[in-house]
Amino acid sequence: MFVALLAVAVGATILSGLVTIYYDIPRQMGQEFRSYGANFILTAANGAEGVSEDAFLSSTALIPSEKIVGIAPYRYETVKINEQPFMAAGVDLEGARKASPYWFVSGEWPDAAGSVLIGQEVADMIHLLPGSRFTMTGTGLDGESFSHDFNVSGIVQTGGAEEAFIFMSLNDFSGAIGERADYDVVECSISASEQELEAIGAVISENVADVTPRLVKRVTQSEGIVLTKLQALVFLVTAVVLALTMICVATTMMAVVTERRREIGLKKALGASDRGIVMEFLGEGLALGCLGGILGVFLGFGFAQLIGVNVFNRSISFQPLIVPFTLIASIVATGAACLIPVRSATDVDPAIVLRGE
Amino acid sequence: MDLLEIKGISKIYGSVKALQNIDLTVKQGEWLAIMGPSGSGKTTMMNIIGCMDKPTEGSVILDGTDISKENAKNLTAVRREKIGLIFQQFHLINYLTAVENVMVAQYYHSMPDEAEALRALERVGLLARAKHLPSQLSGGEQQRVCIARALINYPMLVLADEPTGNLDEANENIVLDIFKQLHKDGVTIVVVTHDPEVADEAERTVVLEHGRIARIVYNDAGDDTGKRADKDAGDDTGKRADADAALSDDRSIV
Repeated sequence: MFVALLAVAVGATILSGLVTIYYDIPRQMGQEFRSYGANFILTAANGAEGVSEDAFLSSTALIPSEKIVGIAPYRYETVKINEQPFMAAGVDLEGARKASPYWFVSGEWPDAAGSVLIGQEVADMIHLLPGSRFTMTGTGLDGESFSHDFNVSGIVQTGGAEEAFIFMSLNDFSGAIGERADYDVVECSISASEQELEAIGAVISENVADVTPRLVKRVTQSEGIVLTKLQALVFLVTAVVLALTMICVATTMMAVVTERRREIGLKKALGASDRGIVMEFLGEGLALGCLGGILGVFLGFGFAQLIGVNVFNRSISFQPLIVPFTLIASIVATGAACLIPVRSATDVDPAIVLRGE
Repeated sequence: MDLLEIKGISKIYGSVKALQNIDLTVKQGEWLAIMGPSGSGKTTMMNIIGCMDKPTEGSVILDGTDISKENAKNLTAVRREKIGLIFQQFHLINYLTAVENVMVAQYYHSMPDEAEALRALERVGLLARAKHLPSQLSGGEQQRVCIARALINYPMLVLADEPTGNLDEANENIVLDIFKQLHKDGVTIVVVTHDPEVADEAERTVVLEHGRIARIVYNDAGDDTGKRADKDAGDDTGKRADADAALSDDRSIV
């Protein structure tokens, strides 16, 4: 019986733990996915030249603040270094750092005026290192030529198009190229599912006229696919563990019935009906399921917490619904596993006790 | 009045005829012993009388009910309500105390009543050992618990299978004294035994051989009422085998 209790407790622990993780995966993985960069962007609506400051503020105000990981508004202009053309990006550097945590920066993020990040491709072409100085030239927004010196505080590696850019603060961008009242694009990293992002986009489209919100499909769809597969895997593992638990309980109960064959025979000889024998063993099985389930609830939360901390680096939140779910699942699984052993208990011939077998 | 009436029963297992055309009646309050060598059909007879088996042919009427025609569920009910079983190997549940073992029979019959179970143990002289586990009791004490369990529901018929088979002489005498008292109280007893001394205590001994009644012996020792029946012999009556020498002298053989 102790083995059966252990089997139910282990099964309930895995069940409770994995179901907790199953429901916590979107939250846990959502945080992980935010390291892949922006999943939502705002661009100018058809006919508009850029996203105005008012439209930017109005749009971002419609995004639930607790879901915002980072928002980075960008302005782009073509500039020259050593007479070679490059793209300069004026950006809220703090916002970019939050929205694009996957950027690998050799050196430091800029923390003073006149400091910039340059992409690896730019650094290779004009042989710049962190700490180097260079002169950026070009034609400003006012039509006049400009020439400004900058310090390279760090070199960006992303493996993508960002490596061909020069990133500077919006103030440095305005100081060098000229004042602009709008942004070319606003990149947002929001901790939300694809459906939630679509809902946010719909609200912005409805309320802010000059902005077109768009989901970064390659990120949001990847998130959805990974989450679905991960949840399917957890579901499958849970089902397998539940099946193994049932087999273990059934085997143990069958052994218990075989061991107590003489006792069952005696009880039947004393007048126990088949129904009485069934109720007795089923009752034992259900009590076993209940006790194992209670153990499983607590051990399962510990198991889920262990996985949460070690795999996702975050603690798991306790789901109260897991308690009745685990208890009911344990009781039902144990009851089902007991059916065959209980059936064999009713087949015991009471005459065996008279034969002394 | 006949409590048990067996009419022409046979029990056949494949090609083996365990019982052949047995006729037997047991009166209310009678003490009957069934003797016979191994394979003579004693156990089969006990199983049929104890509602744990059915005859292939014939009928068994217990207290007016033909139990040979009843289904398993009804046979269980008959066993529960009308029969008390005593086993050679006691068959106590080893994790229950003496009184709890007695209460098991109450549980399946009606409602467990510890006070009544204690009274049953007192009746067999085991009140002081009521809270002991079977492993803490001697063989004789375990058999007395088994008897208390058989009697707790006031059965019409007590069926005992080799009740003294595992006991020493002192304990055998204690058990026989209990049986004598039960007989005096009007309880109907059927005992299967190999022991002629135990059989001697019964009013009547039925000797089985090869599934047939070889003879019926009417004893004097167990007949405290002065009855000396000379009827009820089966169809094989009249045979007086040499084996009768094993039986004591103070009885008649039909």
